Amino acid sequence: MASMHVKSDTALYQPTVRGLAAGTPAVPAIELSQACVTFGSGANSVPALAQTSLRIAEGEFVALVGPSGCGKSTILRLASGLVKPTAGVVVVGGREVAAKALRIGMAFQNPTMLPWLTIERNVMLPLKIVEPYRSRYRQEKDGAFRDKAHALLAQVGLRGFAGKYPWQLSGGMLQRANLCRALIHEPRLLLLDEPFGALDQFTREELWAIMQELWLAHRPTVLLVTHDLREAGFLASRICVMSARPGRIIDDAAVGFARPRSIAMTFEPHFVALNQRLRELIVDARAAPSIEEGAR
Amino acid sequence: MKKRALRQKLWSAGLILLFFAGWEAFCLISGMSDLILPRPSQVFVTLWQRMPILWPHILQTLGTTMTGFVLGVALGVLLGAVIGVSRTAYDTVYPLLIGFSSIPKVAVVPIFVLWFGSGTVPAVLTSLSICFFPIVVNIATGLATTEPEMEDVLKALGASKFDILWNVGLPRTMPFFFASLKVAITYAFVGTVLAETVASNRGIGNVMMSASSNFNVPLVFAGLFILAGLGVALYVAFSLIEARVTGWATRKNDLIAA
Ligand SMILES: Nc1ncnc2c1ncn2[C@@H]1O[C@H](COP(=O)(O)OP(=O)(O)OP(=O)(O)O)[C@@H](O)[C@H]1O
Ligand SMILES: [Mg+2]
Repeated sequence: MASMHVKSDTALYQPTVRGLAAGTPAVPAIELSQACVTFGSGANSVPALAQTSLRIAEGEFVALVGPSGCGKSTILRLASGLVKPTAGVVVVGGREVAAKALRIGMAFQNPTMLPWLTIERNVMLPLKIVEPYRSRYRQEKDGAFRDKAHALLAQVGLRGFAGKYPWQLSGGMLQRANLCRALIHEPRLLLLDEPFGALDQFTREELWAIMQELWLAHRPTVLLVTHDLREAGFLASRICVMSARPGRIIDDAAVGFARPRSIAMTFEPHFVALNQRLRELIVDARAAPSIEEGAR
Repeated sequence: MKKRALRQKLWSAGLILLFFAGWEAFCLISGMSDLILPRPSQVFVTLWQRMPILWPHILQTLGTTMTGFVLGVALGVLLGAVIGVSRTAYDTVYPLLIGFSSIPKVAVVPIFVLWFGSGTVPAVLTSLSICFFPIVVNIATGLATTEPEMEDVLKALGASKFDILWNVGLPRTMPFFFASLKVAITYAFVGTVLAETVASNRGIGNVMMSASSNFNVPLVFAGLFILAGLGVALYVAFSLIEARVTGWATRKNDLIAA
């Protein structure tokens, strides 16, 4: 079945091969080999992810798109060690998951700020958990760590909101804080599950730009799940398209637009063509009954 | 906002006064014997005159209640935490807990008396066994309702179960916990007085019992007033603590109301 994996011809939409996309074959930050995930067991088991292989090099920015329910979040959860593969192997940072080899930052569509903490304390939460910050948290929480949080908040346009409580902020502002929380401990791997999904167009575009800036500054490995094809094209250095459930990767293409990219770029013909192609792939994936289910 | 709260307080004070006034008037007009329903003014006079005798009993009841309450809270928090954290514990322990909580506690007092003799111990145990249940349920609920995304974020950071409990689970449980404390303290009272009426020679429950067998009805009512007063006082005390500790859970509503 894995032979159905389609390696599409992306030559047309792979403008300039620069940046990290098809560049150096660095150490893989994430490597899924023939990983599948099935939820539940027996009669009511749900195959969420068909045998999937995916290699993400360190410092890459990969976007994962595909029809709803195809297993994108499952791949993210595999990479973070929250879900164990039913079969196959998942290696993150050179080790099989479980043992944390990499500092991981995560952000979801739902910002989930803790309502009893100020924004600043919410953003600092990972520092309380992750070494080497953890052991210095008590001493530094009103010093260096707080300054770090403030700097990050200022960078996403939340200067002056550090002392506010989550309910005093709008949804878009909370999502900015959410990004800060995912980044504060300088993760080497950033896992983002539709973090901009619930925002209005303009806030979203603003946050894309901020995200790009942050990525260019720190160069973490990023795996971004999104439904927004413009978002994928704007941010990612590589886009993976998944089939309908149980998902598998049916297309994997580098995005070579020069950085820093601008919003205006997303309306250029090259970019629109890329969007168009991704759209068609997903429409087809939605329409076609997935292989496993057809075989039943 | 402030104005409205003040008006509300005035209204409830007025209602209480009206209640006593109505009661007084009803007794005077109907010529009701004070062997059946004494006038509130009589009750208050009795309360005042008998205070030196009543005082040790008040302390006894209060002490028993607080002991039962503290033990009940400790047990309830422990059990609630176990149940809230572990799905298996939840499934195994819950049926037993429901069964236990649906036994009328009057029925267990004789058993406690059988084991420990009459006096303070069965009263403490009764109040404990009544008041721990709401605590268990609320702690367990609070812990079980942690947002899955929040847990995922922390687990991906390598947080231990304890980290999550300490940073997310427990703080989130606090509003539930304090809400249940208010309920539990009144329950604890009920338990104490129940045991005292059945099997004790001290405490307000016992005072009321012996007063009623002597047809000293005003004293019985004095006992009732004391219980009501203590209950309200403790409830208010815990409400104030709650407002201080878990203000974050209500602040949002305040803002909307303002
Ligand atoms: N904990 C779970 N138990 C059982 N089934 C699950 C569980 N989590 C996910 N699934 C199933 O696995 C499949 C893939 O889920 P997943 O969340 O990865 O999809 P997704 O691609 O992220 O979808 P969306 O784009 O809508 O977020 C879905 O069909 C879902 O029903
Ligand atoms: Mg998802």
